[in-house]
Amino acid sequence: MATTAKKKLVQWDPTDIKAEMIAKYPPKVARKRAKQIMINEALENETPEILANVRTIPGIITMRGCTYAGCKGVIMGPTRDIVNLVHGPIGCGFYAWLTRRNQTDPGPDGENYMNYCFSTDMQDSDIIFGGEKRLVRAIQEAYDLFHPKAIGVFSTCPVGLIGDDIHTIAKNMKEKLGDCNVFAFSCEGYKGVSQSAGHHIANNQVFRHVVGENDAPKEGEFKINLLGEYNIGGDGFEIDRIFKKCGITNISTFSGNSTYDQFASAHQADLSAVMCHRSINYVADMLEVKYGIPWIKVNFIGAEATAKSLRKIAMYFENQAFIDRVEKVIAEEMPDVEAAIADVLPRTEGKTAMIFVGGSRAHHYQELFKEMGMKIISAGYEFAHRDDYEGRQVLPLKVDADSRNIEEIEVEADPERFHPRKSKEELQALEEAGLKFRHYDGLIPDMESRTLVIDDLNQHEAEKLVELMKPDIFCAGIKEKFSIQKLGVPMKQLHSYDSGGPYAGFKGAINFYHEIDRLVNSKVWSYMKAPWQENPQLTGAYVWE
Amino acid sequence: MLLRHTPKEITERTALTINPAKTCQPIGAMYAALGIHGCLPHSHGSQGCCAYHRSTLTRHYKEPISAASSSFTEGASVFGGQANLLQAIDNIFTIYKPDVIAVHTTCLSETIGDDLKQIRKKAISEGKIPEGKYVIGASTPSYVGSHVTGFSTMVKTMTEFAESTGKKNGKVNIIPGWVEPADMAEVKRMAKLIGVDSIVFPDTSGVLDAPLTGEYKMFPDGGTTVEELKSSGDSVGTLALGEWCSAAAARELDKLHKVPCKVLDMPFGLKATDRFVDALRTIAGVSVSDELAYERGQLVDLISDMHQYFYHKKVAIAGDPDQLIAMTEFLVSIDMLPVHVVTGTPGKKFEERIREITADMPCEVNVKAKGDLFLLHQWMKNDPVDLLICNSYGKYMARDEDVPLVRWGFPILDRQCHQYFPTVGYKGGLRLLEKILDRLLDRKERDDPEPKFELVL
Repeated sequence: MATTAKKKLVQWDPTDIKAEMIAKYPPKVARKRAKQIMINEALENETPEILANVRTIPGIITMRGCTYAGCKGVIMGPTRDIVNLVHGPIGCGFYAWLTRRNQTDPGPDGENYMNYCFSTDMQDSDIIFGGEKRLVRAIQEAYDLFHPKAIGVFSTCPVGLIGDDIHTIAKNMKEKLGDCNVFAFSCEGYKGVSQSAGHHIANNQVFRHVVGENDAPKEGEFKINLLGEYNIGGDGFEIDRIFKKCGITNISTFSGNSTYDQFASAHQADLSAVMCHRSINYVADMLEVKYGIPWIKVNFIGAEATAKSLRKIAMYFENQAFIDRVEKVIAEEMPDVEAAIADVLPRTEGKTAMIFVGGSRAHHYQELFKEMGMKIISAGYEFAHRDDYEGRQVLPLKVDADSRNIEEIEVEADPERFHPRKSKEELQALEEAGLKFRHYDGLIPDMESRTLVIDDLNQHEAEKLVELMKPDIFCAGIKEKFSIQKLGVPMKQLHSYDSGGPYAGFKGAINFYHEIDRLVNSKVWSYMKAPWQENPQLTGAYVWE
Repeated sequence: MLLRHTPKEITERTALTINPAKTCQPIGAMYAALGIHGCLPHSHGSQGCCAYHRSTLTRHYKEPISAASSSFTEGASVFGGQANLLQAIDNIFTIYKPDVIAVHTTCLSETIGDDLKQIRKKAISEGKIPEGKYVIGASTPSYVGSHVTGFSTMVKTMTEFAESTGKKNGKVNIIPGWVEPADMAEVKRMAKLIGVDSIVFPDTSGVLDAPLTGEYKMFPDGGTTVEELKSSGDSVGTLALGEWCSAAAARELDKLHKVPCKVLDMPFGLKATDRFVDALRTIAGVSVSDELAYERGQLVDLISDMHQYFYHKKVAIAGDPDQLIAMTEFLVSIDMLPVHVVTGTPGKKFEERIREITADMPCEVNVKAKGDLFLLHQWMKNDPVDLLICNSYGKYMARDEDVPLVRWGFPILDRQCHQYFPTVGYKGGLRLLEKILDRLLDRKERDDPEPKFELVL
């Protein structure tokens, strides 16, 4: 398979592949897509700017979802003890009900509403006369039934159009109920151009209404927040296992396996470690401005990347005993990882992969594939912005009509609770020693020259890419899974991991090596043709030989 | 406990739906449209709707589900989605080249009042619809009815293709309703066995059960062709299977082209299948083949063999009205006791039908249309059952209450093969009984103390 792939690569120049991908498009579509498909120069300062976070073209079968999905589904979905009430017709609540594989561990008695779906199930009379009364009643009914500590309200498309004032209702209900924090998200699906706008809206409201609500001191020597980790398939459980072993106290995860109290206490951490930059960088920035907590980019996808991220956290705290303990943990964990690599490498080395997911995963997962000796020949994000491709040095980006609609909240230093965890001088010294704060380099520098970087890849282009370049594996989401597999190429879901995981941390890396080994070497891909199709010549009728 | 906050005590809720037993119209319209050959469903709304429907259908079928979206932004939501839809039509015919684009609306485009007919006119006048290609449009606001309504509306929209030439084609239209591809194939097989030439629409067999061959076809070989849909206006009659899913289309054909129709229950179980076969036989004026009579006898045989395990076992069921009506009748016919019956889809008639079917049962029956799984769970806590029949969401209740579960309905997200093995007809009845018996006996064997554990059952 590897040789076939290499042969294909020699035959097809990336420029030709790009031309093939857009050949069928009407001219206007082709012009726009050409700016979102880039032949990588590995940031040798020749790489042209990529067009990202722009409108999806109507009629193009996109991978993207909506703002509501980013807000309710991604950021708020994984928190178990908030009643997430969807205000709208039934569908939006239904589709986001237990479909993202965010695992949670409430223990035997803990509150857990994640297995429930709450909706106002708006009817036509609500659309005509307004849905506010129904929403008020629904909040009251949820409170009376469950007495939760918090209720989050999520607007769907028609709510924004008919003008229900969900924020005033939330405020009034919070006052009325007394012991229940009620807050709302204006995350109508039509806002923004993808899930990304919903992430931002969720970040804003969680920061405004929950973060900082709990000042009861949280104990721990090395206290961090883990931002942008959603515990898909138990990733967060594995990361927490490693943290515990290292002596790191995780005050809050945004938002895998999280609780209301974790968010409310996030201001007590001394460092924010950012996994998925796209979905959560706003909270990281706001925590720094308001409370003085610096943030660094980490990545726990990939064993080496995990080790590197742990070392960055250890370096930040500047405590030799802690640094030694982290090194000891890495030393303990790595032999199993190395043994697993040694096992799969003869079967995976030289094979090729394509990754099109998310706003970080298309970058993070490259680490795991490289550890298995595999090559990424094309990758891109579904809903990222330019900084996720090119690095944060491109910020601030030009604000266009679609991003202008998404609120940017102004945060100031908290008069009582702001205290810089490190002085300017300390931060500078750490920077000089190699620890970058508030920084993300993006996906492009980690990709080889002449690979294809493609933003918002769609059905037609995916099919072309696979046909022309014949990767050994393709990674995207559930909607893409079976059209790719029909082509005879294994497809791994990197949103929900199919049914696997965890893939984060050391144990997760081992799981991933085995999973990819299984996929790229499965016998099934050799069964596409029946013997009579491979050898169709006819011999005489009923002749026995 | 997975649903640890569900109290046994039932309180009235007037605004809060918890754990719905329905979803919204557009997904039904999308599924129905996939049953037209060479058709690309198109969701006129923000792209999240399309993404969610495709994801749910993909998880259910483990098959590619192609559909496009108008990808509304805030601007389109304010100024109307006409420009988006026109651009989409142009792009779709240029890039994907379907025979038909089946547009359905969403709560977004309905709330702003987009008029699909007018947009289609504009598309035609601007030459955006190539010769021999079609755009059809169904109004499917998410805030009315349920996914079943959306399915029904899209099927009704398909009758726009129907033409009457004045000469009957000697065929019978069969509208199978929202059933699996294998069920649609089984309906066709049964019609063929009876000797009836049929037009079945929609027909997802050959579409959502495609083989793995190394070739991807966005438009697989199956599906009802436009030619067949055109010809449906010349058919001798229409059998609509299911009042909720199929009756609207059948009545429309009657209204437009004087094709007489008969609305039957979906042919799940012995009695409903008997009525379906009898209706087909009568319309075609033929006698039922020995082969089909033999299959019926096999189902009766199995009911008799298994009866000892079914007798007076209590069952809770949730799903869609047409399916539940037929299933409730089937359960009653084998002397099981469907004591809790819930659909999320509205319709007073549903409750009446269930009451009629269960009237002679020796116990109280709880039935609710526009109900939810939270209520069903509370009923189960108050009056425990021996079996739950539900879609995949039922497994949370099943585990908490330690009740065996037969997965049946939509969506099934955690088991496979429902598109391959029918549950309609006599053959399908065998499979339903096998599933029910397996679950009951697996449970018995798990629970029996060792001295009571037996080889032969």
